Order: sequence, then structure tokens, then C-alpha cells
Amino acid sequence: MITFKNVSKRYPNGYIALNNINLSINAGEMVFLTGHSGAGKSTLLKSIAAIERPTSGTITISGQNIAQLKPSAIPFLRRTIGIVFQDHKLLFDRNVFDNVLLPLQISNFDTHTAASRVRAALDKVGLLKKEKAMPITLSGGERQRLCIARAVVHRPTLLIADEPTGNLDIAYGRDIMSMFTSFNQVGVTVIISTHDASLLGNTQHRVLSLAQGNLLV
Amino acid sequence: MIRIWLAQHWFVFVSTLKRLVAAPITTLLSVVIMGIALSVPVSIYVLVENLRLVMNEKNHPQMTLFLKHDIKQENIDKIRQDLQEHPQILGSEFIAKDIALQQLLEKSELPNTVKNLPRNPLPDAFVITVRDDSINNLRELQETLKSWPAIEFVQFDSEWIERLKALLQLGWSIVLMIVAISSIAIIAVMFNTIRLQIATKRDEIEISKLIGATDPFIRRPFLYFGALQGLAAGVIAWLIVFLLIHLINEQLIVFLHFYEIDFFLEPLSTENGLSLLFFSTVLGWLGARLSVSNHLWQIEP
Repeated sequence: MITFKNVSKRYPNGYIALNNINLSINAGEMVFLTGHSGAGKSTLLKSIAAIERPTSGTITISGQNIAQLKPSAIPFLRRTIGIVFQDHKLLFDRNVFDNVLLPLQISNFDTHTAASRVRAALDKVGLLKKEKAMPITLSGGERQRLCIARAVVHRPTLLIADEPTGNLDIAYGRDIMSMFTSFNQVGVTVIISTHDASLLGNTQHRVLSLAQGNLLV
Repeated sequence: MIRIWLAQHWFVFVSTLKRLVAAPITTLLSVVIMGIALSVPVSIYVLVENLRLVMNEKNHPQMTLFLKHDIKQENIDKIRQDLQEHPQILGSEFIAKDIALQQLLEKSELPNTVKNLPRNPLPDAFVITVRDDSINNLRELQETLKSWPAIEFVQFDSEWIERLKALLQLGWSIVLMIVAISSIAIIAVMFNTIRLQIATKRDEIEISKLIGATDPFIRRPFLYFGALQGLAAGVIAWLIVFLLIHLINEQLIVFLHFYEIDFFLEPLSTENGLSLLFFSTVLGWLGARLSVSNHLWQIEP
């Protein structure tokens, strides 16, 4: 489903975030991406959603070369992907329900279908009772779950999560991880980055390790 | 699909209205500024339009045709017939030389001098009303009539008409210039308003782009915002002009009463008022469009 071929990313200041990365991820797979902060995990995830463009190499998703995508085509790529952002990127001027509604509004869903989808997504992450709450009143863990609900509400085939357990305690982190596992079980391809190796335990899923922009095999 | 598209536009329309109402002072201020800017050319337009109405509808140009002295009655009838059939001529009135002399006697300050004239010096005449008021056509008509054998002389006051025409032309030019200036003012106000809006909505724009919003989707609320404010400015301008004409008319009635003249200014017609609303809406939209395309690309996630 996703293929990286000789992908490098060098920032204008000379910093090399990705160095000649080659990898491929199958449809329906669940993959962990580990490494210290600054190892290039975020850059790799962002380049999948065309938020970052590689300096060289090709990234293909379902046969489409992301590096050569026209700017006008990028929104339609992003609609097939659910992204859980490291810094959540919630909108604080609207309630929980409307935050989750946003991707559906963007994808032209009709109001009725959209409302039931939003409730289904909120139910999955256990926030159904807080649909009227404003994000500012939510705890860190609740905000993370809200972000997950927004990432899956439009039923993407690919889910990307950047440090989803970042600042959460271990119990909360396990909760979130089991959520991702359940999405993967219904066929969604899931890529999760984490610097916290303890979270992986004895996972049977593939683990990719990054160090200073290089993929360790 | 169209239903969803309409629903989306309706949603943006309603949420934009809510946003405008949520900040009534800011909204009111910029709308009033734009309304005043618009009301200036519209007021001048209404005054010029009234001037034109007075000139055209109430005063068609007139010409006086003086006939030759030795003219026979049958020739006069022939001329009357020809004048009636002429497409350019709306109406004609025959003034016989005896009647003309009578009128002169009544008006003259020296009735005895006139009475003592050995014979009537005045010719028979027709006064005609002409449909067209363009100078060239009037000149042409004058030449044609002059060539008729029974007509001695054709008189019309072209200078007066030309002067009025020039005055009207000046009026129109002033209206157009002020329209241009006001339009720029409105676009500038809207440009700045939208710039501030975009600054406060930075997060929303960035996040929307991150989760797959197209540029038209992001632009839409700002364009509605601009168009709605433009529309409101048009309404304010219409209101200002209406009040202005109303106040002037009140004064005119008092003033013209002494001269026993029944005259008042026509307000802006509904048709022109609707054009004004359309124009101001387009201006608001345009200002927003320019601002959005200028500022949106700066927000890339």
C-alpha cells in the first residue's frame, strides 16, 4: 500500500531528517515507528500525508506518487488518511461534536449521515457523553481520544498517529493502543510512532526503528 | 449531490450571519463606513437623474418656424399636414400673425407704438415640439425645415440645450469618478476586515487544510462574509439616500411654495436600488476574494 523508495528529506538549514529511506507497508498492516525524538519519525509520517515533501525519492500510496501530486490533488489524498497529531490540533472555539464533524463537512457529507457518524466515532473513543463539552474542559487523555475520533470519523483506510501516547500515563496509553488495535482489526492500515519502547511490550506487529534519519533493520 | 452542496452553502451562510451578529459593533462600523462611501455617488446620481428628468420629460426642445409673409392659407394647411407626418416632430401649434400681434400688444410696454404701425410686421409661425434632443439631429431638422419653400426662418436655441447637456455630462462624469473612488474604498475596507478575520481563524484554516479541505471550501466563509457585509452596506447607502431626498423635498416644498411651483425630487427607483444592492454585494465579495487569495497561501501547515 505504501512504498518509500530512496526517500531523503533535507531541510533548508542543512539538517537531514530522512536519509535514503526504503520501506513498504502492506494494506491492513499495523506498524510501529520508534526512535528518539529528532530521529525523523514525524517527518516520515508527515511525508505520507504530503504535509512534508521529500527532497528526493518517491513515495507511492496505492500506486499514486505522492511526491508529484499537484497541490489541488493533495486535499483528496488527505481525505483517505486519518491523522492523530502529536499536538492534537483541536479547535477550541467549538465543542467536541463540531470538532469531530469538521472532516465530514470538508468531505461534503449530508447533515444527517454526518451526525450519526460523529456519534459513532465519539462512542468508539468513549466521549459520547461529552459531545457538548468544549475541548478546553477536557483532560489530556480525553483530548487525545477526541483527536482519534476526528481521525477515524470519515473511515479512512490509513490511520497515522504521531506519538499518540506522548504525555499520558501507562494505563491511558494502553487504552489508546488497544483502540488502534481494534481499528486495525477491521482492516485499517495503522502506523504509530512512539519514542516509548515500553509501550510496545512483546508486540507481534512490525517495528521500524529510525535513528538520525536512517532506518535500522 | 446538489442538495448536499446547497446544504453546505446554507450552513456557511447561516454561520456567517451568526458571526456577523456575534460582533455587532465591528460589523456595524465597517458596514456604516462602506454604506457612507457608497451613498455619496448614489446621492449625486439621484440629483443628476432628476435634472435629466426635468430636462427630457417636461421640456422637449422646441423650434419656431417663421413663414413667408405672402403665404396663402392652403400652403399653411399643407405645412401643418407635413409637420404632423414628420416622425421627429411630436406636435405643432400654429400662431397666426394677427394673434401674434395681439399677444405683442398685451405684453408690450408701448402698446401705442405697436398699434400705430402701418401694417402687421409679424409673420405667421409654427411652434413645434421635437422628440429627439441630440444637437446633431436638431441641426439636421433645422436644415431640412429651412429648405421648405414656405418657410422663411427656423429658430431654436441650441446653446441653451448644449449647455444643459454639458452640465449633465459633467454630472455623469462626477458620478462615475466618485463611484470608482468609493469602490476602491469599499474593497480596501473589506480587504482589511478579511485580513483580520483570517488572522483570527489561522488555526481553523491550518487544521482544515491538514484534514483535506480544498481551497474553495476554506475561501467560502470569507467570501460569504464579504458579500453579506457588502449587501448590508448597500442597504445603508440606500437608506441614507432615501433620507437625504426626503429631507431635501421637505425643504423644497416650503421654498417652492412661494413660487407656486409643484416640484419634488424623485427618490432612487426600486430598479436602481436593487442594482445598488447587487453592486455593493459584488464589491464586498471582490474585496474578500482579493484578501483571501492574498493571505491564504501564507498559511500552509
